Amino acid sequence: MKKFLILAAMLSAMPLLVQAEDGGAAIHGLMDKYKAEGAGPFSAEAGKKMWTTVIPHEKKGEMFTDRSCATCHNAPPTTPGKHKKTGKEIAPMTLSSFGINKKTGEKEPRFAVEKKVRKWFKRNCKWTYGRECTPQEKGDFLAYFKSL
Amino acid sequence: MRKVLLFTVLMMFSHQAFAEDFFANLLRFKGVAPVKNDLYEEGCSECHYAYQPGLLPKRSWEKLMLPDELEDHFGENAELDEEDRVEILNFLVENAADTSFYKRSSKINRSIPDDVVELRITEVPYIKRKHQPMTDKYVKNNPKVKSLINCNACHREIDKGIFDDDTILIPNYGYWSELDDD
Ligand code: HEC
Ligand code: HEC
Ligand code: HEC
Repeated sequence: MKKFLILAAMLSAMPLLVQAEDGGAAIHGLMDKYKAEGAGPFSAEAGKKMWTTVIPHEKKGEMFTDRSCATCHNAPPTTPGKHKKTGKEIAPMTLSSFGINKKTGEKEPRFAVEKKVRKWFKRNCKWTYGRECTPQEKGDFLAYFKSL
Repeated sequence: MRKVLLFTVLMMFSHQAFAEDFFANLLRFKGVAPVKNDLYEEGCSECHYAYQPGLLPKRSWEKLMLPDELEDHFGENAELDEEDRVEILNFLVENAADTSFYKRSSKINRSIPDDVVELRITEVPYIKRKHQPMTDKYVKNNPKVKSLINCNACHREIDKGIFDDDTILIPNYGYWSELDDD
């Protein structure tokens, strides 16, 4: 009975939930935005090159000379990565792979939610390069993911 | 009257199972408050367990959540949108150890000297003392634990704010209450 009640409550809440998006659903919209900022056309080749590029930079008096996207995501990112510090596995960066939503424990398709992609571009570019990525670079990365 | 109150409070929790856990623990006030906030879970659980706010005092959360601090969060970038940052900060501060009457939160709070802003739960004197038996073999050299920051690797009821001995299962070793080498 309890289970049934919970199920009923969940079902009635369904329309309120954001519909699960397909992998890559956010890519098109983001690329359009980068284009509106003057970037494009985007190249998977350039994205691939940038993926393993190291940009030495200084932060708070410390030099960083070994950081690239592959540090955590692997190269090519079609295989799972591993977070350098926490050891947590990071799902491959392909449109068909899934991350795990920590909250619900459910599978979460890659590049499906714009906000998530924007958040991680910001965090990871700053961590890796010491600066944010340009719209061109972000578009190239997305083109690269799409090509995998 | 009390029934009405209880009913109202119950209605505040949309998730029935969560409400049950909440009350089971609330009645004991033993662990830390099992409060939940979706935005917090989303923004702070990507790299490690989303620690209950009751594990650190207000001043610690306030410092941890400064934009500059988030940009260099233990060597990582944990930046958030400003809107999200403020909401998460409020959630943490409202439920911090020094606003809680739960037993473990009070102990945590009392063990930290007033002039210290501790950013690590694992460095809080009370927590440090409690984990003295957790030697390298259980933590660092245990591939399923790796670091003491992974609380949920051992504390299996931590989502409910419960830390009792009989809920501690150390991966590769077993229930702490049944191990007798400390
Ligand atoms: C310090 C480790 C680390 C580095 C270095 C890193 N990332 Fe990430 N990245 C993560 C983590 C952790 C996540 C979130 C977990 C997940 O989505 O599986 C993530 C997620 C992402 C996402 C969001 C994916 C999605 O499904 O929405 C993008 C895009 C991304 N990273 C791009 C990059 C790019 C580009 C670089 C190099 C400039 C980079 N990352 C470098 C750790 C890292
Ligand atoms: C990009 C990854 C990442 C994100 C996102 C992140 N953290 Fe962390 N956090 C870390 C790392 C790495 C450590 C240090 C781990 C270590 O020392 O082994 C840490 C440590 C901590 C600690 C101290 C743990 C201890 O007791 O030693 C607290 C508290 C903490 N984080 C809170 C937060 C909060 C609050 C948020 C959300 C705003 C957050 N973290 C988001 C990576 C992250
Ligand atoms: C390697 C396993 C392990 C990890 C990881 C771990 N703990 Fe513990 N914890 C224990 C054990 C074992 C005890 C009981 C020690 C004793 O008193 O004998 C304990 C005790 C405690 C207690 C006191 C409970 C009591 O009964 O008095 C608290 C609170 C606590 N841990 C919180 C945490 C938090 C918060 C984290 C993460 C920052 C954490 N623990 C990580 C194993 C672990």
